[in-house]
Amino acid sequence: MAETKVKTPKLDRRDFVSDQAVRWCPGCGDYAILAQTQKVFPDLGVDREKFVFISGIGCSSRFPYYMNAYGFHTIHGRAPAIASGVKLANPDLSVWVITGDGDALSIGGNHTIHLLRRNLDINVMLFNNRIYGLTKGQYSPTSELGKITKSTPLGSLDRPFNPLALVLGSHASFVARAIDRETAHLQSMIQRAHSHKGSSYIEIYQNCNIFNDGAFAPMTDRETKSDTVLRLENKKPLLFGAEMNKGIFIDGHTPKVVELGDKWSIDDLLVHDETDWTIAMMLSNFTYQDDFPNPIGVFYCVDEPVYEVMLNEQIEFAIKNKGNGDIQALIDGADNWVVE
Amino acid sequence: MSIKTKNLDKVVIRFAGDSGDGMQLTGTRFTETTAIVGNDLSTLPDYPAEIRAPAGSLAGVSAFQLHFSSKKIHTPGDQPDVLVAMNPAALKVHLSELRPGGIIIVNENAFSSKNLKLAGYESNPLEDGTVDSYEIYSVQMSTLVAKACEGMDISPKTVDRTKNMFALGLLYWIYNRPLEPTIKWLGKKFAKRPELVDSNIKALNTGYNYGETVEIFTTRFAVDKAPLSAGKYRNINGNYATSVGLLAGSIKANIPLFYGGYPITPASDILHTLASFRHFGVKTFQAEDEIAGITSAIGSSFAGNLGVTASSGPGIALKGEAIGLAVIAELPLVIVNVQRGGPSTGLPTKTEQADLFQALYGRNGEAPVPVIAAQTPGDCFYAAFEACQIAIKYRTPVFLLTDGYLANGSEPWSIPNFDDLPIIDPNFATQNDDLPFMPYDRDEKTLARPWAIPGTAGLEHRIGGLEKEDLTGNVSYDPENHHKMTELRGQKVQNIVDDIPKTEVLGNESGDVLILSWGGTYGSCRSATERLQNDGKKVSHVHLRWINPLPKDLGEILIRFNNILIPELNMGQLFKVIRADYLVDAIGLNLVKGRPFKASDIVDKVKETIG
Ligand SMILES: Cc1ncc(C[n+]2csc(CCOP(=O)(O)OP(=O)(O)O)c2C)c(N)n1
Ligand code: SF4
Ligand SMILES: [Mg+2]
Repeated sequence: MAETKVKTPKLDRRDFVSDQAVRWCPGCGDYAILAQTQKVFPDLGVDREKFVFISGIGCSSRFPYYMNAYGFHTIHGRAPAIASGVKLANPDLSVWVITGDGDALSIGGNHTIHLLRRNLDINVMLFNNRIYGLTKGQYSPTSELGKITKSTPLGSLDRPFNPLALVLGSHASFVARAIDRETAHLQSMIQRAHSHKGSSYIEIYQNCNIFNDGAFAPMTDRETKSDTVLRLENKKPLLFGAEMNKGIFIDGHTPKVVELGDKWSIDDLLVHDETDWTIAMMLSNFTYQDDFPNPIGVFYCVDEPVYEVMLNEQIEFAIKNKGNGDIQALIDGADNWVVE
Repeated sequence: MSIKTKNLDKVVIRFAGDSGDGMQLTGTRFTETTAIVGNDLSTLPDYPAEIRAPAGSLAGVSAFQLHFSSKKIHTPGDQPDVLVAMNPAALKVHLSELRPGGIIIVNENAFSSKNLKLAGYESNPLEDGTVDSYEIYSVQMSTLVAKACEGMDISPKTVDRTKNMFALGLLYWIYNRPLEPTIKWLGKKFAKRPELVDSNIKALNTGYNYGETVEIFTTRFAVDKAPLSAGKYRNINGNYATSVGLLAGSIKANIPLFYGGYPITPASDILHTLASFRHFGVKTFQAEDEIAGITSAIGSSFAGNLGVTASSGPGIALKGEAIGLAVIAELPLVIVNVQRGGPSTGLPTKTEQADLFQALYGRNGEAPVPVIAAQTPGDCFYAAFEACQIAIKYRTPVFLLTDGYLANGSEPWSIPNFDDLPIIDPNFATQNDDLPFMPYDRDEKTLARPWAIPGTAGLEHRIGGLEKEDLTGNVSYDPENHHKMTELRGQKVQNIVDDIPKTEVLGNESGDVLILSWGGTYGSCRSATERLQNDGKKVSHVHLRWINPLPKDLGEILIRFNNILIPELNMGQLFKVIRADYLVDAIGLNLVKGRPFKASDIVDKVKETIG
């Protein structure tokens, strides 16, 4: 996150709208994500020229073209590595990675896990539509088992990745989930990711209305969403349901959904703690399990040493120890001789 | 008995032993001392890919060849005059290359029946006549160092490891070299383990005194200082020179050096070296793979650093897609390929030049990349510096080709004065309120686009791998525009010819044969040319540094020779380029045996060609 004082007058949503026509399919969830980003960015307290958006390839990865900031639409899967170079070159920049489920978890899986274990101060927004949008609808590493697509006419055979379990396993220091349709919540997740120092990972459920319409419908439809979405709030019991009468109880080591009433009271429920990795991991595993609600919000947030900060400390340390590098002395070497 | 001292012009020594015998270190020490003595020299380390092949086996033999002379030399030598063989396997592998009647020095203790068997000897070659035609010195090195270190509180195994210092000491005596530089070095190297300093120095002295006292050597040799031009010299190897050249480039451009890379033989030493330059502000990033290595470097260039990556063939293959991105994004980037034998994993520790096509063409689409090749270990410094200059000036990825031989080989290097190197102007774009910012506007002369780095207010813009619209840089699928942009990118690289100096011809401007070379074969080709010219042959030599673009004046030079001979450590890559570009009927000389050309290989080919 950039530290320097903001010098420009207060920015406004329109300052972040580029002159490029947005080319996603009408109705695509990407629009909502773009709109929320443009809305919250003026409030992040950073000069516009310090924002850099780096994306890979996919429908979602077109995002940087539409943000009036610095942007680089790169190659498939490599955005985290490019972004790492940007951040290391200039830690003063606020660097955002925009990626899709195929981009981040298939071709770019390796870069994703390594970015997170290094904990560079980079914010990743994963647009998870559980499908390959840009290549017209093949199943993705987050598509549910048995998914029928053009490339899997008899159903996909590989179990899906659970992105947040994967990123928690890579020791990401900030892990959250949002939904394209939950606009206010999405804004707050973007804000939280921005203020976190270290790698932030937001998985955003995004509807691809062309190739995977309704993938998250149970979580966005008015009738069902209160029973399928669990809103995480730090230090609050894990409650959900239209009447807020259901919650998560830990039975031994196993989470269970319980209904509040005669047998269970709110005091029996697990209290969310953003600094507890075990809770975060457990919550991440609710995904793809029909008996559990799908958590959204901040799963995990802890302060860990930040890579680029440590790199600069090493540089300072080396300078302190050896003095500022003397290029002529280096060229001369320790053993040299003169020919008369 | 009196010992005579004989003067020699040149000597080629090959140190060979088991991987665990410390032959690279021994060779390097002899090299450093020889450099300080003032000889010209050239080295060829040759080690197995396995870190510890079974002890005593043929596969585990590691060697280091050193050519030193009182004259200017260009190669590590065609044939060793002296073979130091620390075990039977080393003798077996290298004996056939020793000059007839040459000197062999062996560690007799290592010629046990077990080791003989491992080396595939049925009987002891020291006794069965195998080495009778050579001048053989069979020395019980292990016994002698054990005696020398008697009473010291160190394990017999550790003592035995000092036998390489014994061999070194003995060679110092034979070739009249001082012990002090090695003693000083040992003191530094083992500063934390004084017992190792002591034992190694004892072994070194014992070897030296052995020569002096045991009256088996009748002759010592002296090789006088070489007539190097006046100035300050050091010994330098190619990977180190490359690293320092890159750093020098970034300092002259006044922008930080960012290195993203993944370890691979024989390029890893560039990563190691740059990692030790933290006090210069150098940022090295050991990435998760080669793709992340180059893409992080591209990211750093986008943000205003000088992005660099280095690898060898297999890693360069992985970087291909990202190089295309740097081409279309038109960002400065230096890509070093320290070539090794291929294809696939190939011969990791052996030299080859077979990645020229990969550098020129190994990408999808029309993706021209300038290619420069270093010609000697010391030249890696200048080639790296030049690569930085061109990358920044033209906003383009630049390929720097070196190879395993240049990377690990070393030579005395005339130390440049940093202040004499040119300033490199990064010429970052700045805001101009009157005009809208055009990220793909171009400099009229070079066709370079502006380098507008994040953090610059008013220049916010987006780039990417999709085709760009001329000037605005917006995504464009327009066919006319694509054609135009393809031409612009091509022309921009072509414009670099204006930065390439006039081609130097060694020898006459016309004649029977022109030897045309590139990269690490420079030394062999130059030596061959000198020999042929001394023989009265009408032979000249041109060595190319830039292979893309080729120098403007090359065509007119080529047509003045009856034959063009292109020696390459590949199956004919520059050969095909030259034939295609200049329609000349060039002849190839192609060898992929994991070692540099011998000058004699080239001499023979020329003689075969012109009779
Ligand atoms: C190296 C490479 N391989 C394949 C492709 C083709 N490709 C482009 S996007 C994509 C998948 C995109 O899926 P996702 O990351 O989920 O993004 P979405 O379009 O769904 O937002 C593929 C396979 C490519 N551009 N580059
Ligand atoms: S294909 Fe799907 S993800 Fe892509 S733009 Fe259309 S709706 Fe959005
Ligand atoms: Mg997708």
